[in-house]
Formats: sequence, C-alpha cells, structure tokens
Amino acid sequence: MKTKLTNFWRYRFLLTNLIGRDLKVKYRRSKLGVMWSVLNPLLMMLVMTTVFSKFFRMNIPNYPVYLLSGNLLFTFFNESTTSAMGSVLYSAPLIKKVYVPKYIFPLEKSCFAFVNMLFSLIALVFIVVITGAPFYISFLGVFIPLFFMFFFCLGIGLFLAAGAVYFRDIMHFWSVIVMALNYFTPIFYPVEIWQGSIMMYIGRLNPIYWYITTFRDCVITGVFPSTLQISICALCAIVALALGSYVFNKSQDNFILHI
Amino acid sequence: MEPIVSVKNVSMRFNLASEKVDNLKEYFIKLTKNSLKFEEFWALDNVSLDIMPGDFYGLVGLNGSGKSTLLKTIAGVLKPTKGSVDVRGTIAPLIELGAGFDMDLTARENIYLNGAVLGFSKRFMDEHFQEIVDFSELHNFLDVPLKNYSSGMVARIAFAIATVTDPDILIADEVLSVGDYTFQQKCERRMRELIEGGTTVIFVSHSIEQVKSLCNKATWLEHGKIIMTGDAETVCDAYSHKY
Repeated sequence: MKTKLTNFWRYRFLLTNLIGRDLKVKYRRSKLGVMWSVLNPLLMMLVMTTVFSKFFRMNIPNYPVYLLSGNLLFTFFNESTTSAMGSVLYSAPLIKKVYVPKYIFPLEKSCFAFVNMLFSLIALVFIVVITGAPFYISFLGVFIPLFFMFFFCLGIGLFLAAGAVYFRDIMHFWSVIVMALNYFTPIFYPVEIWQGSIMMYIGRLNPIYWYITTFRDCVITGVFPSTLQISICALCAIVALALGSYVFNKSQDNFILHI
Repeated sequence: MEPIVSVKNVSMRFNLASEKVDNLKEYFIKLTKNSLKFEEFWALDNVSLDIMPGDFYGLVGLNGSGKSTLLKTIAGVLKPTKGSVDVRGTIAPLIELGAGFDMDLTARENIYLNGAVLGFSKRFMDEHFQEIVDFSELHNFLDVPLKNYSSGMVARIAFAIATVTDPDILIADEVLSVGDYTFQQKCERRMRELIEGGTTVIFVSHSIEQVKSLCNKATWLEHGKIIMTGDAETVCDAYSHKY
C-alpha cells in the first residue's frame, strides 16, 4: 500500500500533464476555449427549458436551476465513465512501451470530467443569479455530494476500463445504459411523478438519484446534506470504488496482451 | 557485488488466439461450446541472467527470438508469466522512442508530457528543459506541433528526454539506428558518458559489430531460450559463426 502511494505521488505530475493535454486538445482552435465548458450547459439548459417547461413547469419552483443542476451532475457521470472506459484502450501505445501505473488513465479521465464540471458550476451560479432565485449559504455544501460522486464515477470508470479491454462490446452497451439511466433519474421531471408507482422504490436504488437530490437540496431548498444523505452518497462511492479497483487491479497485468 | 538486474527463470506466455475473441457474444458461444482454445506461445522460456552494475550488456538474436520481450519484462512493461525480475535502480527505457508523445501538442508541451510519462517531477523538468532543447538542437521549432516534425526530429527529442537523467540502467533497443549520422554519433557519445558515470546499459542491436565494440557481456537468445551467455567477444563470434 505504501509503495503504491509513493508511486502515485511520483506520477502526480503525469496526471496534471495529461489533464492539461486533454484541455488543450479539447479546446484547440476554438476562439472561446474553456468558456465553452460554461456556455455549453447554459445553451443546453436553454433548449431543454424551452422544450420541457411546457410539461413540468407547474410543479417545480425554479425550473432552470432544477434542470441545470440535474443535468450538470448527469453529464459529469456520463463524461467521466464513458471517457474512462476507453482510456486504457486508447493509451495502448503508451502502455506497451513504458511502465506507467495503468490506473492513471481512468483516473485522469475522471479528473478531467470533474474539472469540466466545475467550470459548468459557474454556469449554475450564473443562472441562480439571473433567475433571481435566493442564494443560500448551503450552496457551499454542494461539494459534499460532488466529492463522493467523483469517487463513485471513478469506481465505475475503473470497472468499465478494465472490462472494455477484454470485451469491446461494453463500449457500445454502456451508451444504452447511460441513456436508460438518464430517463430513470429525475433530471428534467419532478420526483413527484413517481408518486404512487413502483418507481418510488426502484428509483431510489439509483445512486445518481441520491447525488442529484442532495445537490439540489443544497442549491434550491437551501439545506445542508443530512446525515442520511451523506451516508448513502458515501456508501455508494465506497462500494463502486472498491469494486472498480478490485476488478482493475486483478486484471491489469494482462491488459497488455489484449490491447 | 550484487547484480543490478537479476532475471530468474522468467517465462512469458502469449495466447495466440486463432481468432481473437473480444466480444461477449462470441465469448459465451465459444464458452458453452467449450471451444475457447488458445494456442500458447512462449516468447521467453525459463530465462535467467544477472547484470552487474557498470555492465554494457548486449542481447543478440534473430527477429522474434524474445529480445524485446525480455527488455519489456525488465522495464516493467510486461509482467512475466513465471519467474521474477529484480531491478535495483531507476530505468530509462529507450524501447521505442517517443512513446507518449501527442502529435497535436507542440514540442515544448511534449517535452513536459514525456518527462511526466517517465516519472520526472515538474521541478526536474523545469531545471533540465534547456539541456534537453540544447541536446536535440530544435530551438527554432519549440512551438510547432509535433505532427509537423520529421521522425528523425521526434527521435532526437525523445532521446534527449530519456537520457537527461542519470539513470542507473539504460535500456536501448535499436535506438542508435535513428537520426542522421552526426546525431547517431552524439547519441553514442552520450551513452558512453552515462557509462562512465556508472550507468548500466542493456543494449539490443542487429549490428553484431556494434555489440562487439560497445558491450562487455552478451547473451544470445533463440526462440525464447538462452543459447549462450558470456563475454561479448565470444558470444558474438559464436553467433556470427552460425549465421
């Protein structure tokens, strides 16, 4: 364990360098550059608000904020897991030639998605101000669900990255699962529409539901996360991370034979 | 004296799947039919060797004899199926130059990225940046994306980065065959400098003359097995005698 930690410390410069590379490559030759991370969710929200406010506006007090906060977290989940999934495969040329701790690659993708999400958080603050919604001190509490969600996504990402090395199908299959989860999570609709159906129970099995509702409580309701919420967020993160790192660690020595 | 690299009974197995099964459906169909067969191929078969500090160690053999596989197990890229590899010290791998370069980034960015891949810290790279640029002689092109470089220029940077540290062990796989004549001379000089500074070199080349003139010890591999180990002169003579 200790050697693993010193090894990680040694390669931290690689981690920051890879994140920097991804940022540079992503915004290469775009005039607005990193501004897009702020602008993109704003424009998306604008489109979705126009479309969905016809259906759901009645029940939700501040729909733009409600929608954007859900969307922000789900986009983070989608981006970090999807990019982590392919990360080992795409780094094949490197893995085949130099020794680098392999978990660096999914970890880097999760960090990169997290950085992007932080930029998008600016968009959320912006919308809160624009719509004249009250600005609660509990807004600072959003970092609690975000912190745990990062490790939750990292765990899933590690699992997928290892799986994708052996079975490329996972890459195609995952996009379907993400889409299903997208509808399964109250992002653009209110939780209340589950009322009285079996979804009341099933919906709560979805970890992302907990991250998003905890996040919204901080932003919209104005309360800090409850002990129950924190425990569930933490538990999901720990389980996902334990599973992901176990599978990744078990299979990583054979990656090179399959990539 | 303790060996700096000690390879003990290393075997490396590859599964040569007659058809590579990499999707789930095929996998399960084959699994249920019990026809999930792999052809085994032993790239290294019970190889043991000790390399002492200060050695200039040559590996000779035909293509596919397992030289590169052996280097990769020493560099930690491959984990041996059986046996163990003990390395005491830092390794600078010159296995394929420029691994980890991103062609879309500029040379300056790539120098930092590649340094990071080799496990150097930011401070170390800041301190040695100029040295790397000087060695590779690419001052005017630092802010040009790497995709506009010729392969020789890429190799120069890669060699400069990999040898900027004083590694305990330098692994060189056919690296002296890149670049123009003057740059080759420069690389050879740099390698000699490193050796005088106490670096151990593991060297693979198809030029038997090069091995003879540079190395003091050598191992001859064939089909993953060691045919002969000894001082470079004897091994090279026996090897060239056969071919």
